[in-house]
Amino acid sequence: MSDITTTDVAIPEIEEQHHTLLARISHWCQALAVIIMIGSGWRIYDNVPILPFQFPYWITLGGDKYLATTTSNDWGTGNAIAWHFAGMWLLLFGFALLILNGLITGHFRKDLLPVTPRAFLRDFILAATFKLPHRLGEYNAVQRVFYWGVLFALLMMFLSGLAIWKPVQLGFLTWCFGGFPTARVVHFFFMSAIVAFLIVHVTLVALVPKTLTAMILGRATHRPHAAKEPT
Amino acid sequence: MIPTRLDPQLRAAIERRRLLRGGLSLGALTMLGGCDISDSDAVQSTLHAVSRWNDRVQAWLFSDSRLAKEYPQSAVAKQFRYNAYYPMKDAPHIDAGTYKLGLSGKIADKRPWTVQQLLALPRATQRTRHVCVEGWSYIGEWSGIPLGDFLARVGADTSAKYVGFECADGYYEGIDMPTALHPQTIMAVTAGPDILPAKFGFPLKIRIPTKLGFKNPKWVTAMYVTDQEPHGFWTDRGYNWFSGI
Repeated sequence: MSDITTTDVAIPEIEEQHHTLLARISHWCQALAVIIMIGSGWRIYDNVPILPFQFPYWITLGGDKYLATTTSNDWGTGNAIAWHFAGMWLLLFGFALLILNGLITGHFRKDLLPVTPRAFLRDFILAATFKLPHRLGEYNAVQRVFYWGVLFALLMMFLSGLAIWKPVQLGFLTWCFGGFPTARVVHFFFMSAIVAFLIVHVTLVALVPKTLTAMILGRATHRPHAAKEPT
Repeated sequence: MIPTRLDPQLRAAIERRRLLRGGLSLGALTMLGGCDISDSDAVQSTLHAVSRWNDRVQAWLFSDSRLAKEYPQSAVAKQFRYNAYYPMKDAPHIDAGTYKLGLSGKIADKRPWTVQQLLALPRATQRTRHVCVEGWSYIGEWSGIPLGDFLARVGADTSAKYVGFECADGYYEGIDMPTALHPQTIMAVTAGPDILPAKFGFPLKIRIPTKLGFKNPKWVTAMYVTDQEPHGFWTDRGYNWFSGI
């Protein structure tokens, strides 16, 4: 095909976004799991911070701190760890469903590929200048990079998490991450990346609420205004 | 003898604690307007069930031949870290003259061991990483007889499932038999070049580099072999039982 620029593409009459049931279950399992993992992870982190700050107690997960001092002789660390190692399975389940769904429906290939540096740069500049239009059901290059990025970050969270959990039984993995103390830093780093993704993700969903409808009900449609500048 | 003596007491203590926790949770819920889901009994029991499942996964992951990494002398921390559920000034000071290591349960020769006898045993030395459940870690050096060798020496039934420990400070722990028989699980009597100092568990610390730090009891005064899962100080407080690394 010849070079097609965005202006040449006719905007469809009705934009549609579909999510399979599997994709939606996967999404919400992971959403819940990520909240559990981050909340409890912050409580665990606060015991031995690796940076000169602690997370405010009230946004962490692990029960009432003062109650824990009487029942568990700690500040809810045991509770947070129990959450963390339960949330881990939910996250793994959600992540596995995502991969399964991707393989069955070709979602990755159809919707998230290709991603070229040029397309990313173009869409990034458009997005940064607030000129990037959102078409429901279509992923622009910046979105594609973000989704691949968060999938990679989740994968790295699993691997660095396993390296911290099992530095002897999975010693090779721990070695790959530069040893136990460094694996903790890597785990922290990718947590930060996921938090950054979540902030952008939730903001954009708030700007285009129909994407939320689609992720809950499986389908959402949008009729663009005829007068709208197609860029 | 020790498990049967302690079990009802322990059980009663745990029941009291559960009741207390239940009562406190309810109180906290009414006080806080029921906002902290972590403390609800349903959540607690679900998390506990998953934790038991994780015990099985970890036992499956555990290899009796995979060794914890050994480090060179230069990597050993200059100062080992003191850690207990109370400040260092309260750490037990055990009198070497009167100390006895009691043995009970499925062990043929239950004669107690004195400090002199323990120090006379052949030792294996290891420089391994102590990993705390909280996230901190350091590389230490310990030496002592491998627990498996000691169990053979006293005629323990190693087909039993667990080995439990009682400590001078009221601490208690227990491990699975495969971990007890792991070549790097030792009955440490030295820390670094010295005989175990009082603050690090004199005269006996069980050093298990395949377990989290809290599974490495110090000031050990009694040991027993049993088929009943021993309680642990921190596992009775919501921490995972197997806690392998």
